[in-house]
Amino acid sequence: MAKTIFDKIWERHVVKQIHDGPSVLYIDRHFIHEVTSPQAFAGLDKRGLKVFRPLQTFATCDHNVPTQNQHLPIEDPSSRIPVEQLAKNTKAHGIKYFPLGHPGNGIVHIIGPEQGITQCGMTIVCGDSHTSTHGAFGNIAFGIGTSEVEMVLATQTLMQTKPKQMLIEVNGSLGKGVCSKDLILHIISSLGSSGGTGYFLEFAGSTIEALGMEERMTICNMSIEMGARGGLIAPDQKTFDYLNGRKYSPKGSVWDNAVSSWRLLKSDAGCSYDVVHSFDASSVEPMVTYGTNPGAAIAVNKTIPSVAGEEKALAYMGFKAGEKICDLKIDYVFVGSCTNGRIEDFRLFANAVKGKHKHPDVVAWLVPGSKEVERQIHDQGIFDILDQAGFELRQPGCSACLGMNQDKIPEGKYSLSTSNRNFEGRQGPGARTILAGPLVAAAAAITGQITDPRTYFKL
Amino acid sequence: MSSKKITVIESAAVLMPAENIDTDQIIPARFLKTTSREGFGANLFHDLRYNPSGEPNNEFVLNTHEGGCKILVAGHNFGCGSSREHAAWALSDYGFIAIVSSFFADIFRNNALNNGLLPVQVSEQFLERIFKECSLDKTSTLKIDLMKKEIEITTTKEKQSFQINSYKQECLIKGFDDIDYLLDNLDAIEKYEQYRVSAY
Ligand code: SF4
Repeated sequence: MAKTIFDKIWERHVVKQIHDGPSVLYIDRHFIHEVTSPQAFAGLDKRGLKVFRPLQTFATCDHNVPTQNQHLPIEDPSSRIPVEQLAKNTKAHGIKYFPLGHPGNGIVHIIGPEQGITQCGMTIVCGDSHTSTHGAFGNIAFGIGTSEVEMVLATQTLMQTKPKQMLIEVNGSLGKGVCSKDLILHIISSLGSSGGTGYFLEFAGSTIEALGMEERMTICNMSIEMGARGGLIAPDQKTFDYLNGRKYSPKGSVWDNAVSSWRLLKSDAGCSYDVVHSFDASSVEPMVTYGTNPGAAIAVNKTIPSVAGEEKALAYMGFKAGEKICDLKIDYVFVGSCTNGRIEDFRLFANAVKGKHKHPDVVAWLVPGSKEVERQIHDQGIFDILDQAGFELRQPGCSACLGMNQDKIPEGKYSLSTSNRNFEGRQGPGARTILAGPLVAAAAAITGQITDPRTYFKL
Repeated sequence: MSSKKITVIESAAVLMPAENIDTDQIIPARFLKTTSREGFGANLFHDLRYNPSGEPNNEFVLNTHEGGCKILVAGHNFGCGSSREHAAWALSDYGFIAIVSSFFADIFRNNALNNGLLPVQVSEQFLERIFKECSLDKTSTLKIDLMKKEIEITTTKEKQSFQINSYKQECLIKGFDDIDYLLDNLDAIEKYEQYRVSAY
């Protein structure tokens, strides 16, 4: 029978199928961070258990960390305690931990692929909804709750019910000045922020194949924003080239064998999906959100629509239906997060702002997703470009994506953010978040307002 | 092990007819920084339950009720939003054993079941009947029989059956959780690992 890539990976990982119940699913890789793991370790201790397969779990601190002066102790005790707890727990259980300042530290969904911990055909979980990011390498990757973190620590398995499957096919070429963030915002805005509920997504088609690995990660990262369990893309030569030689990637003949088995990871011709949606890439434009969920997005040059039920969101954002969003004055620009905090995002941003100068009224927070991204920014001359254009670089972490550290957007201020959630208060109490890609962020940082990057940068 | 065993629950109900009660309302993000599972009940529905000054909001149902209720009845799409399990912990810590609604968000349903909290999904019509009956007659109670998979409004004897897969049903009746089950299967897991290594 013709199978989808999802079926193939799923079937390989079923340890046991419970009658009229879920499957026991084997987990290859488990990532943990300081927010959702302490209670899971406490649960293990209570049962007197050790971590079953400590070498398959990797830990980092990212949500609570400051993005300045990381060499100093974390000031706020409510942020410091969970980080210290993670250090203690990982030490006690023999788990690899990338602490603050370590060259491997960074946002959990950035460091996994970067170090080759994330490979292909795997099951990958983390107590974090954006675990879907790792699907870009052809993995079943999804977020879990803390009890499930405890299950994985204790048994390296989870109880899971197989989700329905949705194919999202995108063909054609993206226009100049349009990036993968625009594409995924376009898809979410047309299917709705709960359009994927109950499904696991597969992204395919010529547009997806043409994207680089960083861009594919941005797409899979935001699958969760349409309610989907996760999203994946079949691996190809680009995927293998990206992984080849990374720290934890297989080496020598093991690598060769791995790649030959990974080449089989694609959906068979004639396989079936519960739902199929098709998109034409040439109709995608640079996007921005105007409401308080990622589905409330429009092309940057359009007017804010009048949608029943969105009145409260528009009031929160200080917008009115029928207004243009272009030219809106922006107070903060945030470039970073597991959606757009990778080296390609900073390259795109830097190339756009090169030779120009940051707008004096804009506060710009440029936060690399990891130490490795920070190193590349310096080594590849990107830092100099940013510096000459008047931008500062902060240290890695989740930062203003959710404002769990000091990086909070003040009440009522407009933030043009490359992150993934524009919920009320997400970036700080009363903060007004407009999601967009790195190019729209670059145009806003220079002009101080929402600007179509295609016309401004003459793309 | 989730020590509570659930068979039959009979209790007055706390009624929250609002739809789309999300995890941020159940337990606001600022209460997530603790490293234990206990004590979240004190902040359950915090921003609805207390005025900005910190005084209890006398209009909110948890403050007008007598306490000791084991069943919460809520509108459509209960538990939507983030995956935070703290929402289930808070409800359970407060003392609820079952939540009744016409629809539960995916992840919340899972998190609830993993914490010995029974989500009972009923039809819109039956939900309406509960809201009506329980607000008219304050002495009315709900009876949830997990063995029979049935919920009853005791004053009127109206009944409806609900779905739960037999695996989860057994877990809740015996007070087992998934970890207990998985730990019982470590042999099978190790066998699977060996098979995987040899299959490569
Ligand atoms: S960057 Fe934002 S979305 Fe990503 S893991 Fe951190 S807080 Fe979550």
